[in-house]
This record gives sequence, C-alpha cells and structure tokens, in this order.
Amino acid sequence: MANILSAILTKNNHDAAREFATDCASLSESVMTVHDLACGYNGYRAIEGITFDLRAGERVGIVGPNGAGKSTLFKALVGLLPHQGAISIQGASCKDSHAMIGYVPQREAIDQTFPVTVWDVVMMGRARQIGYILLPRKQDRIAVRGALERVGMWPLRKRQIGELSGGQRRRVFVARALAQQASVLLLDEPFSGVDAAAETDIFQVLDVLREEGVAVLLATHNLVQAATHYDKLLLLTNGRMIAFGAPRDIYTPQNLGATFGDRIALFQEGDQYVLVPDKPCHHEDDH
Amino acid sequence: MLDTLNSWFLDPLAYPLLTRSLEAAIIVGIISGVMGTYVVVRGMAFFGDALAHAILPGIAFMYQRTNGETDELFWGGLVAGLFSALGIGFLTRHEKIREDTAIGIVFAGMFALGIAMISRIDNYAGDLTHILFGQILGVSEADLRLITIFALIVLALVALFFKEFMIISFDPVLAKTLRLPTEFFRLLLLVLIAITIVVSLQTVGIALMVALLVTPAATANLLSHRLLPMMLIAAFIGALSSVIGFYVSFHQDVATGPAIVLTATVIFGAVFAVQQAGQGITWVTLRLRDSASH
Repeated sequence: MANILSAILTKNNHDAAREFATDCASLSESVMTVHDLACGYNGYRAIEGITFDLRAGERVGIVGPNGAGKSTLFKALVGLLPHQGAISIQGASCKDSHAMIGYVPQREAIDQTFPVTVWDVVMMGRARQIGYILLPRKQDRIAVRGALERVGMWPLRKRQIGELSGGQRRRVFVARALAQQASVLLLDEPFSGVDAAAETDIFQVLDVLREEGVAVLLATHNLVQAATHYDKLLLLTNGRMIAFGAPRDIYTPQNLGATFGDRIALFQEGDQYVLVPDKPCHHEDDH
Repeated sequence: MLDTLNSWFLDPLAYPLLTRSLEAAIIVGIISGVMGTYVVVRGMAFFGDALAHAILPGIAFMYQRTNGETDELFWGGLVAGLFSALGIGFLTRHEKIREDTAIGIVFAGMFALGIAMISRIDNYAGDLTHILFGQILGVSEADLRLITIFALIVLALVALFFKEFMIISFDPVLAKTLRLPTEFFRLLLLVLIAITIVVSLQTVGIALMVALLVTPAATANLLSHRLLPMMLIAAFIGALSSVIGFYVSFHQDVATGPAIVLTATVIFGAVFAVQQAGQGITWVTLRLRDSASH
C-alpha cells in the first residue's frame, strides 16, 4: 500500500516499554503530578481535564493531531499561561517549581543569529544557582562542562548556536536542562526538521536523561515512533485527554478513533500491530 | 610632518569647549555601542529611531519654559523618553498590539506633538536644527557632568544585570521558567536605551541617533559571536567613530554629528568588505584546490 502511515509495532517492544515503566513506577516516586489541568486564551478553554503523572526517568509522549492542544499544555506546564487545576513537581506547588522544568524550544522559537556560544546557552541554565548580579562560580562551570560532556557537545562548546545542526542544537538545550538540574524536561516536537541520524542522536541523549532520572515529556504527532520509543503516552485531541498509559494498553481502536477520527485504523496480526490510514490516499498511478 | 600631525591632533584641544565636546562624544560613543548591542541583537532599530524622535515634546516643553536655555533640555528629553519607552512597553505587554505598531503610534504621536509645540515658538528654526542634528559644541560643564553620571548609571546596570539581559533577549521562555522578573528587565532595558538616547542627543541629534545605536554594534556583530566581546568592540568602535568624526568635523568644517555617523558607516563598510573579500578568497582557493585534485 503506497501510503501506509508507518511501520509495524512488535508486541515485544510494547512489553519492554511497559516493563520499564512498571520498573520505574515501583522504584521511584512521581516527580510531576498534574491534576485536572485547564487553561485557554480569551475565555476559550484550549485544554481541560488533563490528569497524569511522571516518574523519574520516565519518557512520556503527548500524542495528538495538529491543534490538539499539545503546545498549550506545554505552555501551561512551563508557566507561560495562567491555568486552573494543580501542577506539582517533587511535592512543590507549580509557583515554585517551574525552575525544575527544563524545556527544549522548537527551532523557530530561537534566534539562530544571536551572539551566544554553546557554552553560553548551557550556562544560562545556571542563572538561578548563580543568583542576580553574581558571576558563575567554579561549581557552575563544572556543572556546565559535565552537562556538555554527557550530551557529547563539549568539543563544540565555542561554536555559535546558529552554526550547529538541528540535532546538535537540541542536544545543547538538553545539556542546558541538565545544568539547570531540571527534574522534568519538555521537548516540543523535537524531531521536526531533523534527519534520521539526528533523530538517533536525540534518542541517545534521551537515554542519558533516563540514566540521570530526568522525566521527559515530548510532544509528537508520530504515532508509531511514540509507541515504540516511549514508556507511556497521553492521547490528546481538541484539548481533551483521551487516554494515558503504556502504549499497549491505550492503543485501542476506540482511543485512536477518538483521537484521530476515522483517519487511522489499527490491525492486530498475531503478535504484531499495524497502523494504517483508514482512508488511504490514492496516487495517480493507482488508477 | 610630525609637527603637522601634532597640531592636527592638539589644536582642537587648546579650547576647553572642544575638549569637553570630545569627552562627551567619547562617552556617548561608548554607551551607544553598549546599548546598541541590545538594539541590534533584539532587532530594535525601529524602537531606537522612534524613541529618539519621541523625546521631542519634552525638549520643546523645557525650551519654552526656560526661554531657550539648553541646560534644562536634558531633563525634558529624559522625562519624554522614559514616558515613551514605558508607554510602548505597556502597550505591548500582552502582545495584543504588535510591537512595531505600538512604536509607530507612540513615535508619530509624540513627534507630532513636539513639532506642534516648537512651531508655536518664535524663531525656532535654528534651535530645531540643533535638536535634529546635534550641537556638540554647545556641551556645557553641567551637560558633561550629566552625561557622565547617566552614562555611568547605564554601564553599571548593564554590568550588574548582563546575565539577566542576555537571557531575556535570547530566550524569554527560559527566563520565565527560571522565575526571572522578565517584564521588569524588559522595561529596564527600554529605560536604559531611552537614557542613552537622551544622553547622546547633543552629539548627533534626533535624526541620526539610530545610526549611533545600530552601526557600531552591527560592525561588532560581524566581528564577534559572543555578546560580551561584541559589546566591548561596539563600545570601542563607537568611541573611535566619535574621535575621528570630531577631528574631521574640526578640520574639514563639517557638522560633528554627521561626521561621527559617517565615520561609523565607513568602518562598517570596511569591515564588511574585508569579510566578504576574505570569504571570496576562501571560496576561490577551495575551487582551485578542487579542480587541481581532479
């Protein structure tokens, strides 16, 4: 079929992800709890009824079609939008806890020509620890160096941020979150505009975060990648939460139908799942 | 030859008035370079130009009140500058009005008010020229004192909050997650730019102010990819342009403001041309090497 949306999900992948999530759950406490979150613009509620939790080292995908409210949810979590409901990070209420959130901005959100180096960007993550007026101390420089080494960007520390590739730039922002000592990292569409090699790079860096116990929340609309690479998923459509849980548990025809309408269907063949568009597009040569 | 060079440099300094003017021009060159760095990296050239024009009603008001005494113009300009900067900041705080639109509204309104006020003053033409194009030879001792004090305040605040200004300029979202008072620092930056403009008014005047903010910093941007070195280079180029412009003005009988701005423009042109030539040579060398290896 010419336009099959994506690939094949093996049951083994699901099982591994679920086992990992279960392990994390048993080993660690929630680092972030979101309860009945709602927010919007100009009286219109863009998202509501969002409830989930993140545990240390967990990787959770926010999955939904364009306009589902993924970016709004991120803005609320980061503290850019006023919201109702409760967000707490490591037991602290959201007012005090935003500094524990690191985020990797979308490519277009950052001025690529700005005169800052990789080192400068990662050092920005230390601003709270350094304090007003003061200059970075030895421990700040050690933290920045450590963060850059962990994501493999230490050799490029003197490069201007605009000289980097898309994948390298995202690694720098992940290093900034590590230097910031963030408990939770938000990545808004980290795979848009990067090639397959850069995608692999980013997943390697995400593995570093897992080792560090940093919980990661990624917005994506790549359904198959989300199922194979993330521990849990939150299905979102029209600002409403459809389901939250391990991919195998929530990838049901009902949930997918509620999230994506009739555009996607899920088939099970033995141990394998196949995701296909329910109404495939026809190329001219099909006729 | 040496004597000629000596007299070329030293002749103007024999007059206290000219020494004062040179000192003022150097100070203005330095702080314009420093604040101009923020103007360039934040894409605020229009804001700088607009704010320079928006201080006109404050100057016209003080001019009327003091019957043409220039010493008090500074304070009128400062109040109008701060009012305009904070007004633009207030209008754009929720992003309901685009920043360039808010700037256009405040700038045109304030400038029109200033022109209207000046048009009611008899024999205003000559003084208006000084306001628009600068009158560096009119720098009094009191003026120089004010310029020095406010320049030191601007430089001290930039040094103290360098890190915070860099974060809010590069990544305002990070600033919010770190719970920095983003709005406070944004307004403080606008106020510091307003002070810089008022301080520089006597040197280059309203019409050319934006060049002093933008050109040295843009030149520095070609030479550095880090904020602090860019700022230091911009300050150096600003001061150098002031000194060269001052001497050119004295010896060639050209108005000082335009001489300073033209010097800054020539320095930018030279740096840009050298960089382009360097890139061209690199490109040709690589091509030649490629064709030799095939």
